[in-house]
Amino acid sequence: MAASPALEAPETVDRQGRRWFYRHPLVIRLAHWINAAVLLVLLMSGLQIFNAHPALYWGAVSTFDDPALAITSEQGRDGRSHGVVTVGTHSLDTTGVLGLSRAEGGTEVERAFPSWATLPADQDLATGRRWHFLFAWLLVINGAVYLLYGLFSGQLRRRLIPDGDQIRDFGGSVKEHLLLRFPEGTEAKRYNVIQKLTYLVLVLGLLPAMVLAGLAMSPGMDAAWPWLTELFGGRQSARSVHFIAAGLIVLFVVVHVLLVLVSGLVNNMRGMITGWFSLGRDREHAR
Amino acid sequence: MILHRRKLLTGGAGLMGTALLGGCDRFAGTETGRRTLQVGEDANLYVQRLLMSPATLAREFPAAMISPWFKPNGTIDPPDRAYRALAAQKFAAFRLTVDGLVETPLSLSLADLRALPSRTQITRHDCVEGWSCIGQWAGVPLAEVLKRAGLKPQARYAVFHCADTLEYAGSQDGAFLRPGHPGAVREAYVQLAAAEDWGGAPTATDAPKDDWGQGSADSEPEDKRTPIRYYESIDLYDAVNPQTILAYDLNGKPLPVSNGAPLRLRVERQLGYKQAKYVMRVELVGSLAGIGQGGGGYWEDRGYEWYAGI
Repeated sequence: MAASPALEAPETVDRQGRRWFYRHPLVIRLAHWINAAVLLVLLMSGLQIFNAHPALYWGAVSTFDDPALAITSEQGRDGRSHGVVTVGTHSLDTTGVLGLSRAEGGTEVERAFPSWATLPADQDLATGRRWHFLFAWLLVINGAVYLLYGLFSGQLRRRLIPDGDQIRDFGGSVKEHLLLRFPEGTEAKRYNVIQKLTYLVLVLGLLPAMVLAGLAMSPGMDAAWPWLTELFGGRQSARSVHFIAAGLIVLFVVVHVLLVLVSGLVNNMRGMITGWFSLGRDREHAR
Repeated sequence: MILHRRKLLTGGAGLMGTALLGGCDRFAGTETGRRTLQVGEDANLYVQRLLMSPATLAREFPAAMISPWFKPNGTIDPPDRAYRALAAQKFAAFRLTVDGLVETPLSLSLADLRALPSRTQITRHDCVEGWSCIGQWAGVPLAEVLKRAGLKPQARYAVFHCADTLEYAGSQDGAFLRPGHPGAVREAYVQLAAAEDWGGAPTATDAPKDDWGQGSADSEPEDKRTPIRYYESIDLYDAVNPQTILAYDLNGKPLPVSNGAPLRLRVERQLGYKQAKYVMRVELVGSLAGIGQGGGGYWEDRGYEWYAGI
């Protein structure tokens, strides 16, 4: 049986006392950075849209008196306004960030997400929607290019599907990862099993679910494809799923950026900008 | 050295982020920016229409799913004197005008409209803000009305002229009256309206009388303030859909004033701000260029999409 694709070194070069590995092909690099910019615009314009009605519900319709989640501004016992996040029966004072925050210039405003987190910064649903839908198309086109390229070049399989030995040593890999020990040499040519599974869930699960939940909120799509809205349990459920999935993507990005920082910012950034990733100084190590 | 590069990278990323987002807002404010951002709307219209036909229906729901309270929004009590006079008489004097590019202009009373074929549908109303309500609507299919008026071949759009004033053109009051977005309920403005007893002034069109054809009895010709009343438009693709109705009943009862009495449009495959309330006149046109500022509706002229299928 042939060696697993990950171990067939596509390209390595020795230069300046280091062994270099061409880790990210151009299409993947472009897709990565376009995705990063597009997701930022989608997140911030999405928060702008959420601010127009900062409450979530389950089912087909809104139960206005009984939202699953609400971000509001309420008068506290001290007579002052407070930002409050309510989830079910639990409330949390979030003054300064959620519900009540300061706009540019220092004036206190009642808005779910603060102006620094929304696009546009001011309350402007119409423009927020235009940004959101234009960039949703860019996300879909960029994602389609990435998936088609990944599928036909074998990159998707090489990057996202764990190899047999990785699945067998799942526990060891989790331990190494938690101790923030990162492999060098040949092993650094492939993602570890947790990375692979995380990217797999993101690329084939979370991002497509995000797009579908967004479409399920559209009255036009609901007429054309009623099964899609039904799949999410109704329009308001789709809206809640869309919001939660956005939160999970933000969580992914935070962890992703932290791990990029601790596992060698320069090498990682060089890899994703030029494609070349250093496997280490020691030639013996980088067989 | 490494540390320095790291600082440079993170600092640079932060700076780029701030510049990018400030730049986004500036870009959106330019003409090129506005046009670029509209590309998404064009794509949505094109693709959604590929996925449906003029006859595709929005989903209909069982009676058990009707929302206990159908949230009224936008205008909930038109301040206009002419409208209030009609409402006081339970709309006995109401006439719907159908004109523009039609063979036979019509003037229909509520009794006339109720005598036409009717359609009842339980559908979900989706506000642009994000919330939804389910209600049962009964009304006359717009296609039945248009069939009787007879379309001229140049007709492309149906424009709905409404009775409710949202603001005054070019006046400071206008800025104060203007709701922030389609979902904003304007109770405060209505109180103000009652105090000032406004309405009935000439409209923004060049016609010397109210553009929805209620006569000029109440008009104050010398009033410098030109009221801007709600207006909306749909194309014939949506106009001939069986679910596109001029609704006179909500949940089995005559439409309440807060939900658009005596007549509101239902165009079920689009968002709430397309469902024009207080409809007084249906005008058939070949182009939207002459309507308001050319966007095709009150909110469209304030940045919202004309195609509200998403």
